[in-house]
Amino acid sequence: MTTDLRRLVVVGASLAGLRAVEAARRAGFTGSITLIGAERSAPYDRPPLSKALLRADAPASVSPFHTEEHLRTELGVDLRCGAPATGLDIDHRRVLVGADRVDYDGLIIATGAAANAWPLGAGVPGVHPLRTAVDALAIRAALDAGKRVAVIGAGFIGSEVASAARARDLPVTVIEAAPQPLTRSVGPSVADVLTGLHRSAGVDLRVGTQVTEVHQNASGVTGLTLGDGNYLPAELVVLGIGARPATGWLRDSGLALHRDGGVLVDATLATRAPGVYAAGDVAHAPLSVFDDEVVRLEHWTSAAEQGAAAARHLLDPDTARPLQTVPYFWSDWHGHRLQFVGVPTADEARVIRPEPEQFLALYRRGDRVVGAFTVNGQREIMRYRRHIVGHAPFEDALAEAGAHDRAAV
Amino acid sequence: MRIVADIGQCEGLGMCEAMAPDIFEVGPEGHVVIHDASPDESRRQDLQAAVDACPVLALTMQD
Ligand SMILES: Cc1cc2nc3c(=O)[nH]c(=O)nc-3n(C[C@H](O)[C@H](O)[C@H](O)COP(=O)(O)OP(=O)(O)OC[C@H]3O[C@@H](n4cnc5c(N)ncnc54)[C@H](O)[C@@H]3O)c2cc1C
Ligand code: SF4
Repeated sequence: MTTDLRRLVVVGASLAGLRAVEAARRAGFTGSITLIGAERSAPYDRPPLSKALLRADAPASVSPFHTEEHLRTELGVDLRCGAPATGLDIDHRRVLVGADRVDYDGLIIATGAAANAWPLGAGVPGVHPLRTAVDALAIRAALDAGKRVAVIGAGFIGSEVASAARARDLPVTVIEAAPQPLTRSVGPSVADVLTGLHRSAGVDLRVGTQVTEVHQNASGVTGLTLGDGNYLPAELVVLGIGARPATGWLRDSGLALHRDGGVLVDATLATRAPGVYAAGDVAHAPLSVFDDEVVRLEHWTSAAEQGAAAARHLLDPDTARPLQTVPYFWSDWHGHRLQFVGVPTADEARVIRPEPEQFLALYRRGDRVVGAFTVNGQREIMRYRRHIVGHAPFEDALAEAGAHDRAAV
Repeated sequence: MRIVADIGQCEGLGMCEAMAPDIFEVGPEGHVVIHDASPDESRRQDLQAAVDACPVLALTMQD
């Protein structure tokens, strides 16, 4: 390690921040590490919040990746939870936390994303976003109480909440403003099959409509009026309307931000400010494998990968190389595993197997394969990833799909 | 160096297979199958990448 860096500060105590800390220690960094987090708890995992944690038999609390004790003693972290950073001074290399100042030689920004606000339902009891453990436990309690559920937005998180409600046999309505769910993440031809998965599981899916009014009584939300005039009774309303980068604290820092507020970094995750890197849901980075398309991913694997890489690159900039990230996410709907690898921005999304329970679509950009989407395709999805990362021709991925089908019969 | 998978944890998400396809594979039951549990020291980086990439922390490396 070629560094005279003594003080590492990581802002954002979740997946990307934790992976940065772990990677720094693994690389032999012996200086001080301060981990600043807005939430009260030590870093924990988010994907289970909309999956296992909503089940009737789920544990009553969310356990962190590591105990605070472990973070302090094993990883030598000065952990400051429940204390959001409020400002950044890049000239003096200093993070502001309220009235406190934390000086750094190297800084990793990993403040992720926060659920979008929904002004119509602001302050109404029973209306919940789903981003944190606190949110998830509140939603779980409402499901336990057998409330009627409405989900705003048929994205991945909203769809998982709908699945959790149906698994408990509760009626659930999903309200989606777009004509189809998830068009932006998977493309229109694939969005169709997703609609089918919801409908056959008994989800009342209302597309192309919006909520116009939220009704409430003294104990909270009672129902919603939709744009088409229909009234929908519901005592639990879950918001699945996306998240935006949590960068309010960077507004006056002079750091270059994307128009959505995310932090712009290069392919090694460096910002233009000296000693400052960003990783995870907060960062807009070019994808070297995909023509340097700049994207802000909100996926577990890239947040983990970027967190670790940001720390390694910060400590040893000479060895920094562009990340070879291939976006990947999974989601669980009604007992089916959905997986997407690559990017959906393609010239064509070709449906190879249309059956919803063993669906496969491959995405073509020019003559190369850039993405694959499967339902229950655990055994094959990573084979397509290999073709994608190797810039393979679309034909090769088609041949792979054919080979898989022959092996399956 | 040994690699151990907690099959109870593994959800067959396949990231380990993506990092080192000759060592890991998602098998017919939808769980990881390890083809070589004590790979050569030269593979340490690949194995660490697989351990780090597993979204349910099902893999551990033992020296
Ligand atoms: C319910 C849910 C389900 C998901 N399911 C999946 C899935 O199935 N598959 C998948 O690939 N991905 C999934 N994701 C996405 C995945 O969890 C995220 O990509 C990942 O958590 C990003 O990690 P991060 O550390 O970059 O950001 P985050 O996890 O958003 O963490 C950022 C942290 O920074 C803190 N923070 C914010 N502002 C400040 C501040 N000013 N000062 C200090 N701290 C601050 C926040 O409180 C938070 O703790 C899911 C996400 C959610 C919410
Ligand atoms: S990455 Fe983890 S969950 Fe996925 S197959 Fe490998 S061990 Fe299982």
